Amino acid sequence: MQQSIEAVKLTKKYGSFTALSDLNLKLEGAKCIGFLGPNGAGKTTTLKLFTDMIRPSEGHAMINGIDVHSNKRSALSSCAALIETPEIYPSLTPMEALSMIAEIRGVPSEEQGKRIEESLSEVKMLEWKDKKVGKFSKGMKQRVNIASVLISDPDIIMLDEPTTGLDPRGMSEVREIVKSLKRKNRLIFMSSHLLNEVTDVCDEVAMIDHGKLLAYDTISNVILKFSENGSNVIEIGFSRIIDDSIMAEIGKLSNVKRASKIDETNIRIEISGDIKVQEELLYELARMKIGMISFKPSASALENTYLNMIKEAL
Amino acid sequence: MSNHKIPSSIAQTFTITKFELLNYFRSRRFIIMLGIGVIIGALLTLLVGHYRPSGFLTSSIDFYSSWWGTSATYIVILSGIFFGGDAISGEFQNKTGYFTVGNPIRRSSIYAGKWFAAFIASFMIIVAFLAITVLNNFYYFGFNMPYQFLESFLFTVLYLISVLGLTFFFSSLFKSSSIAILTTVVLMLFAFSLIQNLIDAFVHIEPWFLITYGAGIIGNILTVPYPLHTSTVHFGHVAITSYAVTVPEGIAILAAYFIVTAILGLVLFERKEFN
Repeated sequence: MQQSIEAVKLTKKYGSFTALSDLNLKLEGAKCIGFLGPNGAGKTTTLKLFTDMIRPSEGHAMINGIDVHSNKRSALSSCAALIETPEIYPSLTPMEALSMIAEIRGVPSEEQGKRIEESLSEVKMLEWKDKKVGKFSKGMKQRVNIASVLISDPDIIMLDEPTTGLDPRGMSEVREIVKSLKRKNRLIFMSSHLLNEVTDVCDEVAMIDHGKLLAYDTISNVILKFSENGSNVIEIGFSRIIDDSIMAEIGKLSNVKRASKIDETNIRIEISGDIKVQEELLYELARMKIGMISFKPSASALENTYLNMIKEAL
Repeated sequence: MSNHKIPSSIAQTFTITKFELLNYFRSRRFIIMLGIGVIIGALLTLLVGHYRPSGFLTSSIDFYSSWWGTSATYIVILSGIFFGGDAISGEFQNKTGYFTVGNPIRRSSIYAGKWFAAFIASFMIIVAFLAITVLNNFYYFGFNMPYQFLESFLFTVLYLISVLGLTFFFSSLFKSSSIAILTTVVLMLFAFSLIQNLIDAFVHIEPWFLITYGAGIIGNILTVPYPLHTSTVHFGHVAITSYAVTVPEGIAILAAYFIVTAILGLVLFERKEFN
């Protein structure tokens, strides 16, 4: 059975204020889904409902088909989550704090030391393993929190703005960790308001505002469906300088509406069409043997789409 | 991929207890509370040794009555406040709950685990105070331990259980640690005693609903013979009736406080949201 996260008519009200309204969303398989929305949109509320930190007013939060609220232990047995920036008992060391989580999650005692060291190594905190957490910076604590999500090797991972408090290098490292988890066939649900982060790491995106789901699809399809002119923008990187003749050739490819240079080795092309068109374009560009090294939806296009959607939702 | 079997709730409870205790032992609060216990014991040792008050030195049981019967309840209350006051509210206010609650563990396991840790830490403080008490008694009276003292010690442990139930309840009731601690301090150290005195003076009913009244068995059992259940003193036309809690009554009051507050505290913690 594929790992899955499902919100069924999930609603959360605080008095007359509705933080989340009738959310229906099913995520399944091995992929990374970005959960986008402005501050107060309902992202953290959703993730808290999936970890039973708050109770739904209506509806159900299901993990692998199990209701989190009525059967938390089973539902969360294969899911680890990082919600906001948790604090760890200041007098514990990362080794001890992670041992606690490993024990709670049933990691066999003979594996615990190895798993904890691997997790700390992954977040570059191994050399701090025996120092007290109370002396750590916010970023260091967040790295330990991320390690706590990794130790039990869960099938499903929920991350609530995981790069919060991290420096640019730390942010980049977290993105690499998420990418490596994707390669291990995990289902990752990650809230963020950093659109470049989502574009870089995620395959699909769910957009939410005022507690309502606005869209859920692949990043390309969301851009295509909701962009102002119905086109999709792709950013392509090359290992060599792209001259005007190559630009002209790219401009002639089918479905390419416009091609422009970002800098000497990166270009942005606007295409009309869905994921199939992108697939064909990628094939054509590869056939041209012009040193293409990256091909991804444009963060700025996602940003434009996102802003359009938020504006429409107001 | 993960295929670990989640441990039983009891095993998870002990995991919480283990790491909570580790946190206590590493933190200043255990050292401070131990220091308070030792200082009270040391001061009593100096005062009794220097002034040799007759109330202490008439007999072994009088010694325990004057020493343990008057001090143990304060040690219990202070331990309860130190280890239970912010045990649950701290999970919300300090966000430590975010580290554990999102895991496959029942909140009741977290609550019980933290309660056991607070109990063990408090018990260790009481044992340290007990050791000072017994050593002093040994110095004055040789190895002489009246059975009433053992009973009093057991009642002290029961009082500790009850006080921790109450402090955990207040800790669950409030999200702010300082309010939870302040409420417990005011109630346990001042309000309950004040209410009891006012009832004695004006209302003339037995204050069976007060935990501090129930705790009277700790001192009463060390009084030979056991105090009368009711006694009335006349000051002119005014009669003041005072009550001495009986042993069954005291046990029932302390047990009831624990059961009721533990259930209420757990229900509150189960329902409280991490907003």
